[in-house]
Amino acid sequence: MYTSITNRREFIKKMAVLSAMTAAATMFPGILFAEEQEKGIPNSANLDWKKAPCRFCGVGCGVLVGTENGKAIAVKGDPKSPVNKGLCCVKGYHSIMALYGKDRLTKPLVKKNGQYVETSMKEALDLVASKMQDTIKNHGKDAVSIYGSGQWTIPDGYAASKLFKGCIGTNNVEANARLCMASAVTGFLTSFGIDEPMGCYEDIDYADVFFLWGNNMAEMHPVLFSRLLDQRLKRGVKIIDFATRTTRTSKAADSSILFQPQTDLAVANAICYEIINNGWVNKSFVDKHCNFNKGLTNMGYGLEDNYKFKDKPEKINFEAYKKFLEDYTPEKVSKISGVSVKDIKYMAALYGDPNKKVMSLWCMGMNQHSRGTWINNLVYNIHLLTGKISTPGNSPFSLTGQPSACGTVREVGTLTHKLPHGVVMNKKHREFAAKIWDVPVENIDPKPTYHTVEMFRALDRGDIRFMWIQVTNPMVTMPKLKRYRDGAKKEGRFIVVSDIYPTPTTDIADVILPSAMWIEREGLFGNSERRTQHFDQMVDPPGEAMSDTWQLVEVAKRMGYEKQFYYKEETHIEEIYTEYRKHHDNKKHNMAPLEVLKSQPGAMWPYVDGKSTQWRFNAKYDPACSNGEDFHFYGKPDGKAIIWQRPYEPAAEEPDEEYPYWLNTGRVVEHWHTGSMTRRIPVLHKAMPHAYVELHPNDAKRLQIKTGDKVKLTTRRGEIILPASIDQRGVPAPMQVFVPFFDENLLINDITLDSFCPISKEPDYKKCAVKVEKA
Amino acid sequence: MPIKSYLAHPHTGKKDELIKALSLIQQCEVMPAQNQDVLILVTETENKTEEATLKEKLDTIDSLKLLAMVSGFNTPQNN
Repeated sequence: MYTSITNRREFIKKMAVLSAMTAAATMFPGILFAEEQEKGIPNSANLDWKKAPCRFCGVGCGVLVGTENGKAIAVKGDPKSPVNKGLCCVKGYHSIMALYGKDRLTKPLVKKNGQYVETSMKEALDLVASKMQDTIKNHGKDAVSIYGSGQWTIPDGYAASKLFKGCIGTNNVEANARLCMASAVTGFLTSFGIDEPMGCYEDIDYADVFFLWGNNMAEMHPVLFSRLLDQRLKRGVKIIDFATRTTRTSKAADSSILFQPQTDLAVANAICYEIINNGWVNKSFVDKHCNFNKGLTNMGYGLEDNYKFKDKPEKINFEAYKKFLEDYTPEKVSKISGVSVKDIKYMAALYGDPNKKVMSLWCMGMNQHSRGTWINNLVYNIHLLTGKISTPGNSPFSLTGQPSACGTVREVGTLTHKLPHGVVMNKKHREFAAKIWDVPVENIDPKPTYHTVEMFRALDRGDIRFMWIQVTNPMVTMPKLKRYRDGAKKEGRFIVVSDIYPTPTTDIADVILPSAMWIEREGLFGNSERRTQHFDQMVDPPGEAMSDTWQLVEVAKRMGYEKQFYYKEETHIEEIYTEYRKHHDNKKHNMAPLEVLKSQPGAMWPYVDGKSTQWRFNAKYDPACSNGEDFHFYGKPDGKAIIWQRPYEPAAEEPDEEYPYWLNTGRVVEHWHTGSMTRRIPVLHKAMPHAYVELHPNDAKRLQIKTGDKVKLTTRRGEIILPASIDQRGVPAPMQVFVPFFDENLLINDITLDSFCPISKEPDYKKCAVKVEKA
Repeated sequence: MPIKSYLAHPHTGKKDELIKALSLIQQCEVMPAQNQDVLILVTETENKTEEATLKEKLDTIDSLKLLAMVSGFNTPQNN
């Protein structure tokens, strides 16, 4: 919220308000104080207000930031933003405080004889460029890599992709969004042939029923969740929380239905069984617009180095699919999932009711899943069978966790196999990118290299020798972390980390580059509903801190790529964005011009004839539809979406006698991911100072554990001791425990498993086996 | 110079009445939630005596069901 520290008394008063807001937010999911927020903002004639998207989750709320005398001193929700309509969550209110932590990195640091020594930015960038060139000379181009983020701005990611894929010629480009939404991408690509949601947030205003699939929206997407609650007050909509753990979302929902971990696959199939068995299939929609496929099964879990998998889709017909579903009757599925037959039928009936519009929402529960692509496919199956898709209120909608996971990682394509338009494997796509990048097409390698887990394995093995990490904290977030931390520290590795604060990742760096944060530079983010939003530089970065984009440009120029990185410092964001738009210059993905994005709170692509597209694949709204029908799933060559036959398969590691509990990890409302920014905001840190382990009250009683007692968790990867939390914020099901991952002093990922979905390569942070003891 | 913040819960249907009652008290600043029946109350008093008097006033408000303190700070007299 507001942070002007004109005197101590005012500051304390504001802290008192913020403490109360934080407490209220944890007691009442989705609570809002938007109107009052305006009154608390400093009433200064000199305050300069500018719009920006919030950078603390993937919702993309519009905020207005007030600056005075070169400092950001106030923030409020932007009433003009259709995303949040003037509302903000606790992280949004406090967002500008993250700029002013006492230990901001302001000077480049270079490790010499085990000690970090301050140097100038010029010398640091010289060193980065020369080390990269030496590594390429001695070990080949695939020995250098960049690991970025869904918090990269669009120009950051574009500059990284152009430098590494276009100029250097390596596909060693990955981003942390691989860890959070890669399964959503492969889900979209396999079902529809094109990425990102077909609907938009406005679906919330039309839907009658909301299914939250393993999605604790009250804590992770509080502003959107408040829009659901608002609709319940206005229209009596139903909210169904389908999850493995009781959370604040469950408590606010109309129904809370718990399932055993991994069995969401079986339940989704059971819902489809019921839809077919009860005659709720929208036959004309399915006949006109859907195909049926099956893929390979028993794919493994990616636990071994150099694991490879390629699916082999095979067409089937409706009858074969119907026969497959006979293994998923509610009665059979109830036994493995723990969900009652009645609840399965209840959910199916809501989806099947032709008079109800249904929105399915999900995030990490479905994506961080060893069969993440499959469960995404299965939820699409439900919507396709009932024809509840691509119309206002009928919307399968995958939410993202980061402000530009969609805009930068998915749209710019900062993943090993991707290009801004298309994939590296496709010759035409390579030719198209090479022309815009002004590089020889031979520069772009047709073979993808390493996805994120494998990239860190390659660093450990020594196949990768140089890694540049920007805007992310993998030494907190990588699963089975100890292996990757030890690997990064090995002799002969050179690690560059660009960040704003010291983190466990800067601890492994040879060079630390101080970055400009958020409104300290100009940039663009793309949110979960295909909305691209621009923000101006509003304040100067501290010391020698520099934007990640310009760091990349400077290094590219030093490596001899002046022709490709022709941008001028004063205008480089505009130049980069204008160039980037050329990659998407078509009706299916056209991006709005920069002047439009500067003048309004974002625009949704495809932006055609001066208009955003709210519902894709629906001829009424989407100008890219061209088949003459009501719907056109133009991502697939025949214009039809795919209903996938995907079975239930167990997780990579399930509880057994030695490790009898499930371990689930996740986030809390107060902290943004690894807490490197929010733990420096006093009121948020005070509200949630350290990690903990949640146990079910019955398990705690049996183990004689009370809240605050020390609990030892042991997995096959190691052990950790955490304070217990019983019947507090969240309550896991019996024989399950939950630990948030934001605390760098209690690194739960030291003991998690690096299994991943074989199709998306996204790790499953939600499931491994653990032993629980009183310490 | 105590500054305290509370979550104030009104009796059912009495939210507006509670806002009005609290707003009339000089030492109180009220921030109602837009979508829940709860308010943030920030009190600012000069000393403990004034605070005790304020507490007595708050206790007489009929529309107030529960007052839960969230934070309390003391500031130097001169600030």
